[in-house]
Amino acid sequence: MSSTKASRKTLTALVENGLDPSGAEVVPTAGQRPTLKFGGKWPYSPAPESKEIVSVPSRQGHFIGGRFVEPRSGQYFATINPATEEVLGEVAVGSQEDVDQAVRAARSALPGWSGMPASDRAKYVFRIARILQERAREFAVLESLDGGKPIRESRDVDVPLAAAHFFYYAGWADKLPYAFPGRSVRPLGVAGQIIPWNFPLLMAAWKLAPALATGNTCVLKPAETTPLTALLLADVLVQAELPPGVVNIVTGAGETGAALVAHEGVDKIAFTGSTEVGKLIQRTARAKHLTLELGGKAANIVFEDASIDQAVEGIVNGIFFNQGHVCCAGSRLLVQESVFGTVMQKLEDRMQTLVVGDPLDKNTDIGAINSAAQLRKIEELVQSGLDDGCDLIQTRCGLPERGFWFRPSVFKGVAQTNRIAQEEIFGPVLAAMSFRTPEEAIEKANNTPYGLSAGVWTDKGSKTYKVLSKLKSGVVWANTFNKFDPSSPFGGYKESGYGREGGLQGLASYLEVS
Amino acid sequence: MRTVVRKTYKMLIGGQFVRSESGRSLEVGGVNVCHASRKDVRDAVKAARAACSGWSAKTAMNRGQILYRMAEMLEARSQDFSDVTALQDVENSIDLLVHYAGWADKYQQCLATVNPVAAPYFNFSFAEPMGVVGVACGGTTLTSMVGAVAPVLTGGNTCVMLASDQTPVMACVFAEVVSTSDVPAGVLNILTGIQGETLPHLAQHMDVNALAVHSEDARSNGLLAEAAENLKRVSFWPVGEARDSLAAISTFQETKTVWHPIGL
Repeated sequence: MSSTKASRKTLTALVENGLDPSGAEVVPTAGQRPTLKFGGKWPYSPAPESKEIVSVPSRQGHFIGGRFVEPRSGQYFATINPATEEVLGEVAVGSQEDVDQAVRAARSALPGWSGMPASDRAKYVFRIARILQERAREFAVLESLDGGKPIRESRDVDVPLAAAHFFYYAGWADKLPYAFPGRSVRPLGVAGQIIPWNFPLLMAAWKLAPALATGNTCVLKPAETTPLTALLLADVLVQAELPPGVVNIVTGAGETGAALVAHEGVDKIAFTGSTEVGKLIQRTARAKHLTLELGGKAANIVFEDASIDQAVEGIVNGIFFNQGHVCCAGSRLLVQESVFGTVMQKLEDRMQTLVVGDPLDKNTDIGAINSAAQLRKIEELVQSGLDDGCDLIQTRCGLPERGFWFRPSVFKGVAQTNRIAQEEIFGPVLAAMSFRTPEEAIEKANNTPYGLSAGVWTDKGSKTYKVLSKLKSGVVWANTFNKFDPSSPFGGYKESGYGREGGLQGLASYLEVS
Repeated sequence: MRTVVRKTYKMLIGGQFVRSESGRSLEVGGVNVCHASRKDVRDAVKAARAACSGWSAKTAMNRGQILYRMAEMLEARSQDFSDVTALQDVENSIDLLVHYAGWADKYQQCLATVNPVAAPYFNFSFAEPMGVVGVACGGTTLTSMVGAVAPVLTGGNTCVMLASDQTPVMACVFAEVVSTSDVPAGVLNILTGIQGETLPHLAQHMDVNALAVHSEDARSNGLLAEAAENLKRVSFWPVGEARDSLAAISTFQETKTVWHPIGL
């Protein structure tokens, strides 16, 4: 390991002294490999998406029983744009009483919704899919404003996938006997659904679409930093003439979610978020049915016979997609020793081309960190990596002055026991390690409490199947990474949670099958 | 009083509304409809074959969206059928199309299997469309017509549809729905005329992979033998008989099994 532990490195010092933030040309010195000149040479002209299509109400209540209602407490909180720290609007604080009202609305809508002919239920969900497609631009811009993700991602991934989820599950509504042949199914009842801030609209779709198709009614609690697209979705539900009470949306922070989890009138809790909160939910939930989609620390395993350039793109996509705010992010890179140097060099070069900045700019690859709290968490874990003596490589790009930002980062010289190799960072920080044999790669890959996803890069198909059969993870991507589809089940092993979302298997999460 | 402009009822071949190349027509219920010839059948098969690779290569979700679009357009044009069938029949057809639209990205999940072979192989089987399917419609309802072609299209096949002899006008109006529904040219071709003339040509055509015959007494007329030369998959569908949608889709699917070694 080339790093010295003589002087304690700090993140700030590295950025200020060790790197050139302007991205200016680095002159090669004799005997060294010539440095590629990325970033500074070809600046892109700004290509910002207009915000005009979106108008955020200055104050929004909960969506209960088919209309917006004021919170009982009369309390509101602000949601901000993490790229500018500007307040976008205020949303209601959900209290026990608000949750109670929402659960009662869902309960009273249940007989009508679950008793409706399945083909009619399908038509409502198809309508939601269609309206989302029609209003795609509005949702994409709002998602980027409220969450900080690049407009390219919200436009090309989040919104189309959300619509696709509704479209896919709409079609299942009248085909449930085919999914569970010879058995009888019935909806669980009222589903309490708590979703995270990394894919706000998409997670709402993942939760609502299967629940609605199978005849459940819902109380959805969006994350406190990203409530706006869920509230805009309420407008879509009204447009679709979804019967009142079938979907209720209560905004708020942890206490609101806790009230929903502890509510006696809820039959099922579906949660996506951190493993820590997932465990808390399992300890406190009153509902009989529980599905948890929690954290991850995915290994992205690159074998020496892989197509290296393709793998490098996959590594970049795996960890830097959505600022690394992805539970299944490929946050641990395992590279076979013989190609470790090549892969790392290509990765470092490729990283320098990443454009960090205004989420609404169509050139942006990496947007804002979702919140100040998350930025602090990332910085703390990165500092722990430095303290453990790992080598930090960061890009030289400039960062906007306001807002929450973090440079794309890779740690080398990481040990299995380092916190950055064990804990979910949930940011654009990759921990790179090497291995010699496939057995060693498998052992290292499985060496975390998590088991959500993994990546395998090799041109040998038989090796792919051998390795994936040994990986304890719910999703394995082979020669690709971070691929999602409504027809493809998603969910984890071990402390990454249980239950599946997506696909035929995702139906079972909302049905009692007997 | 205004003198109305009448509609010319045409067939749909390769995305174009055409008259029969033979120049022949039949009078049905006071209007003239095309009387398809052997050459029209061949043109339709050619168009269907050309559309095959594109249609089967579309994502299943995209096919579902297009079928759903057909349902949307049929809903919007339901009044167009007021002279030829009851509104209830049109509504049943719309609902049936929505049902099949939902199947497009799901039937595979009900038909495919992972096979636990007793050796280190990853072995799986899945459905693939047969290719060009000839459909001879029977009965008098729009629902039976839609029910005959929807499972064929849902599964990624392209189709040469021979309208029922009794309902050529309905078929022509349906063709107008098809052509305004994002269905790529050639995916569904619709011919009118006399099935007694056209069906044997379709049955003998070497570039047709499967034949679905909807009628009261199809099995007796020797079609199976006529379709034998290229071993067409021939299925007979008694008119008015309830059928299972997944079974209907799988009728027009081949099964492909893949063996892949597992090992370092």
